Amino acid sequence: MQYQSQAVAKPYFIAAIALFVGQILFGLILGLQYVVGDFLFPEIPFNVARMVHTNLLIVWLLFGFMGAAYYMIPEESETELHSPKLALLLFWVFLVAGALTVVGYLAVPYATLAKMTGNELLPTMGREFLEQPTITKIGIVVVMLGFLYNVGMTVLKGRKTTVSVVLMIGLVLLAVLFLFAFYNPHNLVKDKFYWWWVVHLWVEGVWELIMASILAFVLIKITGVDREVVDKWLYVIIALALITGIIGTGHHYYYIGTPTYWLWWGSIFSALEPIPFFMMTVFAFNMVNKRRRNHPNKAATLWALGTAVMAFLGAGVWGFMHTLAPVNFYTHGSQITAAHGHLAFYGAYVMIVLTMISYAMPLMRGRAAANSNKSQVVEMWSFWLMTVSMVFITLFLTGAGILQVWLQRYSEDPQPFMVVQEKIALFYWMREVAGVIFLIGLLLYIASFFVGRNEPEAVAK
Amino acid sequence: MSGSFTKSMARNIFYGGSMFFILLFLVLTLDTNRKLPLTDNRHNLTEEVAHGKYLWEVNNCVGCHSLLGEGAYFAPELGNVYTRFGNSKEAIMGYIKSRPVDGIPGRRSMPQFNFSDEELAALAEFLKYTSEIDAAGWPPNIQG
Ligand code: HEC
Ligand code: HEM
Ligand code: HEM
Ligand SMILES: [Fe+2]
Repeated sequence: MQYQSQAVAKPYFIAAIALFVGQILFGLILGLQYVVGDFLFPEIPFNVARMVHTNLLIVWLLFGFMGAAYYMIPEESETELHSPKLALLLFWVFLVAGALTVVGYLAVPYATLAKMTGNELLPTMGREFLEQPTITKIGIVVVMLGFLYNVGMTVLKGRKTTVSVVLMIGLVLLAVLFLFAFYNPHNLVKDKFYWWWVVHLWVEGVWELIMASILAFVLIKITGVDREVVDKWLYVIIALALITGIIGTGHHYYYIGTPTYWLWWGSIFSALEPIPFFMMTVFAFNMVNKRRRNHPNKAATLWALGTAVMAFLGAGVWGFMHTLAPVNFYTHGSQITAAHGHLAFYGAYVMIVLTMISYAMPLMRGRAAANSNKSQVVEMWSFWLMTVSMVFITLFLTGAGILQVWLQRYSEDPQPFMVVQEKIALFYWMREVAGVIFLIGLLLYIASFFVGRNEPEAVAK
Repeated sequence: MSGSFTKSMARNIFYGGSMFFILLFLVLTLDTNRKLPLTDNRHNLTEEVAHGKYLWEVNNCVGCHSLLGEGAYFAPELGNVYTRFGNSKEAIMGYIKSRPVDGIPGRRSMPQFNFSDEELAALAEFLKYTSEIDAAGWPPNIQG
């Protein structure tokens, strides 16, 4: 760690991991409710557990992104952070607001929470991923603004690198696009149209900028490859991400009451969206192959290569699978969607945050470069357990999805939703088993922070 | 990447390409907004429908159901439930009203929301309005 103020990233990363555990516990509840329908009913209905699962995911990824920025920006700018105090204050504001919101979901019926928080003044609640009370949303905007001010001032007073500029563009646009969460017209088609400006333009647009810049930063650090080369890759990757991803939004405008020309625009451009993800894979392997030094943090290298591969599989391959309009006609809103959502979020955004943590945490905890061998071995076990079990979750959901589409939508004699769900229950059981293994992997990941603390650092071979 | 392809060329492709496609996206958005009245069933968007949508949101129905294919995949698609229920608002109201408080043993259950009759009517009206949106022939069949 080169600058004292980089240490503010530490609480952000710790909170991210803690909320990650919560997310997975609620994922397991959801998975069980899929097969034991009345599990925890009516105390925690499915929709409540689902909100907790998805909102914790978003919030902990945001903690991860902010932590990554607080770590990267001073080092890239070659100066201390503008205000470490502000960063710590905003940390607590965000954590308390997030915790209160989750407690609200669990403690009172959702309609009561809406009433308590004055939703009728500016109704924004009750849409997927944007379930937070309006005041929580305002809180998120305030935290984002304070955060952007803090890192922005740091960038302005210091050295400007491609990595920091791309990261800043991604973060600013993340905040700007979130403002569409406040637009909720009565017209359902319009509501859906702009809802995707938050959801799609985040994950298939500006978050890719954030991911690519974090990946570039870590690769520069662990491979020692020249910045000129890295910067060029970075620009090409994010150019392709936005060129394909913006019009690619059209793959959500097929069957929601929008004009049918979107069937063409959406299919053609979104079919190209895997390209930037594929380039990220080539980029990561290329840099590691051309490395100028052997970095002792093998675990961080594994995460960096892993996120590039898994993002390509989850977003690129599983996304392509259902993105052409004639295919999407049958798979729209099925378990295929859920399969893709899981592998894409895990491969791209969960793993990029874990890559950053893996690289930065040892340095913030006083190591010169890396954890002990023992700790890294445990961390790499957790990498494989989580990654392989997520692949299996995806495969089981894909199996369930194919059968669902066949029985409910494609065969001669389409059967009702609930009948089909019972027939494919075996796949949901297997998904739940894979989920338990994922949790074990996550617990092992946490253990890796504590084992081998007193052993000497790993050395590069 | 080869030497003749410079960093500033890459940067220009990023800024130029993004700008171009943002503008194209805005143009398409404008055009979509102009054409929406043909498909989005706005002439049936009454105050009662708007109230139904509000109730849909503050009870988080989308946390279990999908609507026009978006939402959760735990419970039936509701974009066409009006037609599945024989074009009957009464049937929808009756269904929502009759959910047992403690759920159905062993089966995925829907909560009892204790709606008033006006609220039930507004929700049913909202689901009727949704079923009349022209969604390019989706869903493939009555089962949603
Ligand atoms: C906790 C999950 C959950 C929530 C929240 C929920 N539902 Fe349901 N709903 C279900 C399940 C599960 C079924 C299927 C029940 C069965 O077949 O036994 C269902 C069935 C229905 C049906 C009949 C669909 C059909 O084709 O048979 C309608 C209509 C419906 N729900 C409307 C609503 C509305 C309106 C709301 C919001 C006010 C809502 N639901 C909230 C779980 C939920
Ligand atoms: C890391 C990047 C990505 C993430 C995190 C991601 C995540 C998701 C999620 C969570 C959904 C479900 C949204 C909902 O609940 O309705 C979804 C839907 C979808 N995604 Fe992605 N995605 C990514 C990239 C891609 C790419 C590159 C493609 C295309 C090649 C793609 C194609 C689709 C399609 C077609 C749908 C709609 C599915 C439906 O009709 O039900 N995604 N994505
Ligand atoms: C890091 C790991 C995980 C990530 C990134 C993740 C992400 C997500 C996302 C994005 C959604 C919304 C999906 C959509 O709308 O298409 C979702 C829903 C869900 N998740 Fe996860 N999840 C993870 C782990 C798990 C685990 C371990 C389980 C259970 C074993 C699980 C079970 C579920 C279920 C049942 C749903 C609801 C699907 C529905 O709407 O019907 N998740 N998760
Ligand atoms: Fe998308």
